Amino acid sequence: MSAVSQGAKPYYYVPQPSHWPITGSLALLLMGLGAAFWFNHYAAGPWILLAGFCVLLVMLFGWFGTVIRESEGHLYNKKVDLSFRWSMSWFIFSEVMFFAAFFGALFYVRNISVPDLGSALTGRELWPNFSAQWPTVGPYIKQQFSPMSAIGIPLLNTILLVTSGGTLTIAHHALKSGHRGALKFWLFVTIVLGFTFLGFQAYEYHHAYTEANLKLSTGVYGSTFFMLTGFHGAHVTIGAIMLTVMLVRAFRGHFDAEHHFAFEAAAWYWHFVDVVWLLLFVLVYWL
Amino acid sequence: MSSITQPVGGHGHGHDEHAHHPTGIMRWVTTTNHKDIGTLYLWFSFTMFIVGGIMALTIRAELFEPGMQILAPERFNQMTTLHGLIMIFGALMPGAVGFANWMIPMQIGAPDMAFARMNNWSFWLLPPAAILLVLSLFVPGGAAETGWTLYPPLSIQSGMGMDLTIFAIHIMGASSIMGSINIITTILNLRAPGMTLMKMPVFCWAWLITAYLLIAVMPVLAGAVTMLLTDRHFGTSFFNAAGGGDPVLFQHVFWFFGHPEVYIIILPAFGIISEVIPAFSRKPVFGYASMVYALSAIAILSFLVWAHHMFTTGLPAAGILFYMYATMLIAVPTGVKVFNWLATMWKGSISLEAPMMFALGFLFLFTTGGFTGLILAIQPVDVQFQDTYYVVAHFHYVMVAGTLFAFFAGIYYWLPKWSGKMYNETVAQWHFWLSFIFFNVTFFPMHFLGLAGMPRRVPDYAQQFTDWNQVATIGAFGFGLSQLVFLYAVVSAIRSGKPAPAKPWDGATSLEWTLPSPAPYHSFETPPVVK
Amino acid sequence: MVGNQERSTRALRAPSKYSARWLAAALCAGLLAAPGVATAAWEWNFQPAATPIAQQITHLHELIFWICVVIFVGVFGTMFYTLIKHRKSVGHQAVQFHENTTVEIVWTVIPFLILLFMAWPATKVVLAMHDTSAPDMTIKVTGYQWKWGYDYVQEGFGYYSTLSTSFDQIQNRAPKDEHYLLEVDNPLVVPVDAKVRVLVTAADVIHSWWVPAFGVKQDAIPGFVRDTWFKADKVGIYRGQCAELCGKEHGFMPVVVEVKSKEDYAKWLAEQKKKVAAAADDPNKVWDLKDLLARGRQVFDGNCAACHQPNGTGNAAIGAPPLVGDKVVLGPRQHQIDVVLNGQTNGVVATGGAGGKMPSWKQLSDVEIASVISYTRNTWGNKAAEDIVQPSEVKAGRK
Ligand code: HEA
Ligand code: HEA
Ligand code: HEC
Ligand code: CUA
Ligand SMILES: [Cu+2]
Repeated sequence: MSAVSQGAKPYYYVPQPSHWPITGSLALLLMGLGAAFWFNHYAAGPWILLAGFCVLLVMLFGWFGTVIRESEGHLYNKKVDLSFRWSMSWFIFSEVMFFAAFFGALFYVRNISVPDLGSALTGRELWPNFSAQWPTVGPYIKQQFSPMSAIGIPLLNTILLVTSGGTLTIAHHALKSGHRGALKFWLFVTIVLGFTFLGFQAYEYHHAYTEANLKLSTGVYGSTFFMLTGFHGAHVTIGAIMLTVMLVRAFRGHFDAEHHFAFEAAAWYWHFVDVVWLLLFVLVYWL
Repeated sequence: MSSITQPVGGHGHGHDEHAHHPTGIMRWVTTTNHKDIGTLYLWFSFTMFIVGGIMALTIRAELFEPGMQILAPERFNQMTTLHGLIMIFGALMPGAVGFANWMIPMQIGAPDMAFARMNNWSFWLLPPAAILLVLSLFVPGGAAETGWTLYPPLSIQSGMGMDLTIFAIHIMGASSIMGSINIITTILNLRAPGMTLMKMPVFCWAWLITAYLLIAVMPVLAGAVTMLLTDRHFGTSFFNAAGGGDPVLFQHVFWFFGHPEVYIIILPAFGIISEVIPAFSRKPVFGYASMVYALSAIAILSFLVWAHHMFTTGLPAAGILFYMYATMLIAVPTGVKVFNWLATMWKGSISLEAPMMFALGFLFLFTTGGFTGLILAIQPVDVQFQDTYYVVAHFHYVMVAGTLFAFFAGIYYWLPKWSGKMYNETVAQWHFWLSFIFFNVTFFPMHFLGLAGMPRRVPDYAQQFTDWNQVATIGAFGFGLSQLVFLYAVVSAIRSGKPAPAKPWDGATSLEWTLPSPAPYHSFETPPVVK
Repeated sequence: MVGNQERSTRALRAPSKYSARWLAAALCAGLLAAPGVATAAWEWNFQPAATPIAQQITHLHELIFWICVVIFVGVFGTMFYTLIKHRKSVGHQAVQFHENTTVEIVWTVIPFLILLFMAWPATKVVLAMHDTSAPDMTIKVTGYQWKWGYDYVQEGFGYYSTLSTSFDQIQNRAPKDEHYLLEVDNPLVVPVDAKVRVLVTAADVIHSWWVPAFGVKQDAIPGFVRDTWFKADKVGIYRGQCAELCGKEHGFMPVVVEVKSKEDYAKWLAEQKKKVAAAADDPNKVWDLKDLLARGRQVFDGNCAACHQPNGTGNAAIGAPPLVGDKVVLGPRQHQIDVVLNGQTNGVVATGGAGGKMPSWKQLSDVEIASVISYTRNTWGNKAAEDIVQPSEVKAGRK
């Protein structure tokens, strides 16, 4: 950009041409193709998917690496920083809407479709033996299972995640007041809590499949349970990876008291994941 | 916009391209320039329009006479599905983003989009999605044969083409979300000093609200097709009564996306029209504030009306009444817009160049489509019309004569700024009149077909529907060929048009007209000051 | 039989009074509908109503339509006026005004009032359409790919209703009859002036049961039952179509309803009951191969030939394999019973819910399935080791 080359701080940093986007597009194309082939029983499918995923990883490393270099090179002024803030907020809003679709589905099956299947009209005509209660595998699937209870691992996980939100906030304050040691420590604790959460969730899934006979295919209860908690778990994973990157960057001496939006973005994301969990805990496990 | 604008600092430092800027094809593949990306979007959109249009002509050819002629029934359904998906996701939405890319930075005095590199990715995600969609025609079982609405359980039965479609939708969704985040951030953060929100051109407002709608509903669509995917392959029962789910759940989730989607398609068009009509009436837009409020009202209401697409699924009476009333209400803010446009023209000094002709065509035909929408909103009447050609007529009036005509208006209006060349007015007028006439020959008879009871998505029909179908098919081919005139008008302007002055339209007032034509590669690197 | 009472098709009728109104409207709107006036076949309005609800819908539509026309003329009258008067080329100078709160409020409030005026009658019709109470009789309608099943719930019998237009007509190899695509083998039969409650459901995918002249369109949702009603006030034959895309033959599953006088209906009902009693298949009876083959051929041609072709050679375009020399057909019978009963996708037998590409045929009777399987095992040169399947085995194979 001309303004950059004039030496002065640019009014607004506009990056140079980049091949990372097209690399990312190639990755998604391969992944889409690979998954479609895989799900339709073509042997090449998983390999194409894997190839796409590798390209995606390369792209993520390359692209984020560039962004970090630009950031550390102080190319981002206040205005750019504000752009990042707006965009991260809107991105989280889009994530909220993604979860809303699944929470909406849960609401719908619990309050509309399951009662309807047991209603005087549909129930009597088609499913005379079905009693509409929640949880259910539906009127046709014959399967015994034990639903998840809220106390036990879910409660423990709630405590873990809420605590991690707290430790992350401590880390943030430490960063703002220049206590880098405390920053690293509390960030590390947060990450450990996050991965512990994931470990418990993996254990819970294992328990569900082996002992509770609760599977993804266990009617609409299994569907909503695993899809909601599964997507949440995926988000925790991504959030934990983001925080790990932040930890690495903290060790490398990145961030200062004013200039650390990457850290804040990861923190916002983490809090968002936290709130989703609270909703899950209440709506999926408890009620 | 009524302010007087004054660019400060040289716009156009000349073309001081960097030494290491790639050239040739790599320029386009790696570009971070909003103008290049806008151009890419617009050409992509036109290409998809031709692909989807050829599918439409195939459909119309099959429907020329009763009996099966050129397509097997399952191929016909695939054509319908892909035509709908490609036109909406491939032609109209990217077209609108193309306008946004070109115009928003120039209209608000920004150096570029807020995230220039991500902007590139938003565009370059579209070709992979298009490849997946088109490829699905050639896999065993062919493309999705469910209509663009992908209703289960039919979509559970489909073959691999459905999976490709689902992934294509995921990718297009990612593209739209990133594009929208970019647009919102640009508008909120990169306005030139003095360019308050309420001084922005209406086009920017329209896109701000559209982008908000996109971020709100694209993830919901992604959720819907993800559930479809797991129902298809991983044994979930979201849409399967046997497991406690409900096929109608999909319809709710889909239309929660789908109805705001139709406003996503029309609001940028409203924006373009709100630029063109004042310019050619030589008057500021009437009721700027109420234009903005009306846009917002439409956006908010659009979340409350989705079940009007499900009027025959057997909703309880209370639900039907709610959705019927809410749907009807949308006529009020839309009416405000129509009346404001009229008032803008009123006592103006009107001239009828091609952009204005298309804007008038838009006004006339979009309103017709709006009225048929209102008729569909009356649930008892919709019981007769749902899934008939009346609906097909309705949405082609609002989408083709609405959005597409607005795009034509916008292209003729801004082409001088983009290319530095004037188009040939005679050719453009021919394009308008041919399009206008053939559009109506194609789609007006579909109202009659719907009234008389012809269902949509059928490859064959009873004999009493023959005559209007023949008229429609003839019109469709005429309309398609008229678009060759458009292609000629644009290409000949770019290659050999007369050089355009900085401000070819004496009534135009917004910031982009303060730049030379063609607009320099980098505009407003230092912001202008708007008073 | 009731051809003289034919009401639903208007193919050869002169334009009704509505047509003239429509023409006026179309011209008002400045749109070109002109070619339609002269000849008679240009259908352009609702079928004549045969129920009070359809009548109300027609009136409602006319009301809303005319309101829209009036607004349209007002709005575009203004537009053309300003286009003519306020042109630059006639030397009009722009008057620079850009807001006026009063008119802006006026044109927000007036449309709102107009909408209220429309909503009132619409609400009444919505409520009337939902009133399924106190029916005189109840019929259960089930949508299948691609035919309708009608069950007379109180009478305890039912039958299928399939398109009867010949394949040759569809393929343009034979002249098309008057009711091309709108004719079925067994129409639904109901008495006149009786309130019929219709329970609508589906077996595979969503269909929609639509009779325009009755003002009834109800989606048929697999796994759920929805109800609606009609009360036909004129004897006649009424034709409609499936109105929800349901796959390959969505365009080929018409709905035909025959409304009979009370006496004719009683006669028909008696006949029907006698027939049902006589034809009742005893699933426990042991059949011999010859009878099964004869029956099987009928079942095959009526249900399977659409995909697998009458000579069993299959249709590669939709992935329906040839059954000639097919390993499933020549293999163990239990597996074929599974495939035909439950449907199959990509070689995997479907379990529960909607079938896959090869539809589930649960809705056929045990005898029909046994006979069609036996038929495939013994024709076109097929000679399966396990050559005969008895209805009792099919019965056992149902889950
Ligand atoms: C650009 C896209 C677009 C737009 C803007 C609209 C606008 C509207 N649509 Fe449309 N619609 C579609 C695209 C669009 N639609 C599509 C794609 C489908 C089919 C999807 C599918 O099934 O495949 C569809 C289907 C559809 C249905 C479902 C039909 C069915 O399947 O049975 C309904 C029902 O209510 C409906 C209603 C409306 C209404 C009330 C408006 C209103 O917004 C219109 C408002 C405008 C006006 C009313 C005119 C101007 C107003 C005045 C001049 C003021 C004075 C007027 C009065 C007081 C009356 N639409
Ligand atoms: C969004 C925009 C959009 C646009 C622009 C169009 C444009 C057209 N549509 Fe489309 N249509 C939809 C959206 C759109 N449609 C949707 C959403 C559906 C519902 C799908 C569903 O049911 O699921 C639908 C359904 C639909 C049907 C109903 C199909 C059915 O129910 O089975 C029909 C039938 O006539 C039709 C016709 C047409 C025609 C003739 C055009 C014409 O305007 C097209 C004109 C354009 C061209 C013909 C291409 C132009 C160029 C050339 C011909 C040049 C030649 C080549 C070169 C230069 C290389 N459309
Ligand atoms: C809608 C089209 C359609 C109809 C109608 C249909 N089939 Fe099929 N049939 C298929 C398809 C497609 C397959 C292949 C499914 C697969 O890929 O596994 C198939 C597979 C089969 C198979 C298994 C063949 C194999 O090698 O896997 C048998 C047996 C069969 N059909 C018998 C019948 C019978 C008997 C009928 C009628 C009662 C019938 N089909 C009606 C489409 C159809
Ligand atoms: Cu059955 Cu369409
Ligand atoms: Cu809608």
